[in-house]
Amino acid sequence: MAESKKEQINNPYMPFPARIEDIIVETEDGNLKTFRLMLERPEDRENWSHVPGQFAMLSLAGRGEIPIGIASSPTEKDGLLFTVNKAGVVTGALHSMEVGASVGVRGPLGNGFPVDSELKGKNIVIIAGGFAFTTLRATLLYMLANRRDYGRITVIYGARTPGMLLYRKELEEWQKRDDVEMHVTIDRETQGWTGLVGFVPTVAGQVAPSPENAVALICGPPVMIKFTMPPLEKIGWTDEQVYLSLENRMKCGIGICGHCNCGPVYVCKDGPVFTRAEVMKLPVEF
Amino acid sequence: MKVYKISREGLDKWIKHWTESYDVFGPVEKNENGMTDWAEVKGLDEISTAPGTTKQPIKTFYLPQPETLFTFTSRGGEPDSDVLKETLDEGRPRVLFGVRPCDARSVTLNGLAYEEDPYYMANVERTLLVGVSCREQCGTCFCRWVGGSPFGTEGLDILLIETEQNFVAEALTDRGVSLVEAGGGAREASGEDLAMVESMRQEAEQAMSAMPDTAETLRSKDLMSMYNADFWGGLSESCINCGACTFLCPTCYCFDIQDEVVRKKGRRIRYWDSCMFPLFTQHASGHNPRGQKVQRVRNRFMHKLKYFPDRFGPVSCVGCGRCIRECPVNIDIREVLRDLLGVE
Ligand SMILES: Cc1cc2nc3c(=O)[nH]c(=O)nc-3n(C[C@H](O)[C@H](O)[C@H](O)COP(=O)(O)OP(=O)(O)OC[C@H]3O[C@@H](n4cnc5c(N)ncnc54)[C@H](O)[C@@H]3O)c2cc1C
Ligand code: SF4
Repeated sequence: MAESKKEQINNPYMPFPARIEDIIVETEDGNLKTFRLMLERPEDRENWSHVPGQFAMLSLAGRGEIPIGIASSPTEKDGLLFTVNKAGVVTGALHSMEVGASVGVRGPLGNGFPVDSELKGKNIVIIAGGFAFTTLRATLLYMLANRRDYGRITVIYGARTPGMLLYRKELEEWQKRDDVEMHVTIDRETQGWTGLVGFVPTVAGQVAPSPENAVALICGPPVMIKFTMPPLEKIGWTDEQVYLSLENRMKCGIGICGHCNCGPVYVCKDGPVFTRAEVMKLPVEF
Repeated sequence: MKVYKISREGLDKWIKHWTESYDVFGPVEKNENGMTDWAEVKGLDEISTAPGTTKQPIKTFYLPQPETLFTFTSRGGEPDSDVLKETLDEGRPRVLFGVRPCDARSVTLNGLAYEEDPYYMANVERTLLVGVSCREQCGTCFCRWVGGSPFGTEGLDILLIETEQNFVAEALTDRGVSLVEAGGGAREASGEDLAMVESMRQEAEQAMSAMPDTAETLRSKDLMSMYNADFWGGLSESCINCGACTFLCPTCYCFDIQDEVVRKKGRRIRYWDSCMFPLFTQHASGHNPRGQKVQRVRNRFMHKLKYFPDRFGPVSCVGCGRCIRECPVNIDIREVLRDLLGVE
């Protein structure tokens, strides 16, 4: 291989050094925390640019690296947000860290939602369940910051209980706005909750957003996605209009290590965002 | 390409000269059943000329097991604790002597996937390949089914062809020419030598059954028809998920990355992983996209014979036959290939 080519390759496995600036406990069970990270080097901050829906590898030296969706919008300038569910070794270690601790960030990785192409000029329906709301928060904020580029925006978001909803303060602010239609729901009646009650698919059926000139971005547990499709299809939605974000185990994040393949596609590099039409052509290995 | 003639003694001198600036490795007979494996050598007499491939593929030189990506000192409170330091190994260059054409091709094929990987590319950069053509094939060789040849040159810097008294050396790259020059003592091959090599090449190729256009045919087939073919269940039944096939395969290149800390000295390493293992895809929640054995067996073959060709062109198999030789339950990729080629 030519020398020149070799020099062009910088090390895609090297994370950017970053510092935890802030930690927000999101949910009543304490299992979800949002970390605000600041890249240490000014040049890294300057060069960083991501699209909503992309993810990054968070690196804890001695523990390992994990893929986490970027929860902040590129229009927010105060660091990067990652909302992390405590699940195992690395997420557990992250949850025990404090403000000021150093971590690594490798990314941005993956494709993200086509906010500057296919989604422009469309009515947008965001459907999220549980803690999969993270990259959709980034997407929503991006769209609100570029409000005129999109038509009607509808958000359907559900969690088990009010205390399990992410970004509570922001949800309230968005509910006050008249340029976004919010449908926030919880699974069962709870004292003090005056909002919607019911599972996300049911609410999606009741709200029944029109498929005309519209796209839906759906993130959530596989069962939620499965049951959300029939009510949408009933009113005319097609698979080409629906965007999903897949979550497969991955190590390199750049399409080499082989873990995240779903048939011929690499979720890390070709995804994680796919239209449902694309996903339906693949083996069900996600 | 430049073609030289060199005697057996001359080749021995090449190796001795090369050891001054390179680490030279060759296939050495290591165990009683005649299997050869890669070891450092100082002269030609140490090198085995037995037909067939070494036990280990040459990926051990490109994807060391394990390979250190970064080092760090751990949680000491010092300013540089936990800061990753790059360890791109640009160590001494090396010559692999006696590489079979199938193994040499694997470096090029894996390179398609590793194009952006600086560690792999640094190893490509510092490893020179001197191949030896195959006059005899083993019962498990099938390079001619997957785009290779017993006289193939892809990936090699020099190809050696053993003639009656001497060797003919085809220097295929600039690096190969420099190696010949560093070795010294070679004469340019005559027209007669070239003609002899050509007839040997034809003879060797004709002695093997060939399957032309395998990659092209596989690419033209419908992905989901192949995926849903009815033979996967029966095929996977006997597999014990030992992973021997993937570890011995020159074109199985999947890896895992883990951090390791011993007495405050840490390193981030990568090492071979295998899609035959259930943990390869398992989430923290327990959900597993390829939780069933049939899914894993299918993935191994589909990756080599469909996903990789669809993405990069060629089949990700060089026909070395190691997986056939070593599988404890006799699963044979040649049968799978025939089955897949038969899918309508
Ligand atoms: C594109 C993408 C975006 C993600 N975004 C988020 C997010 O915003 N917030 C969040 O909390 N989680 C997210 N996850 C899931 C998160 O990566 C896993 O929960 C995490 O890897 C678990 O690591 P651990 O070391 O704590 O668990 P362990 O069980 O100790 O994990 C061992 C290894 O398993 C793998 N692994 C385990 N579970 C998963 C999983 N669900 N997905 C992928 N790899 C897994 C990882 O390689 C990990 O290093 C995302 C995953 C992907 C693929
Ligand atoms: S070597 Fe044979 S038994 Fe072992 S994992 Fe491979 S196919 Fe299965």
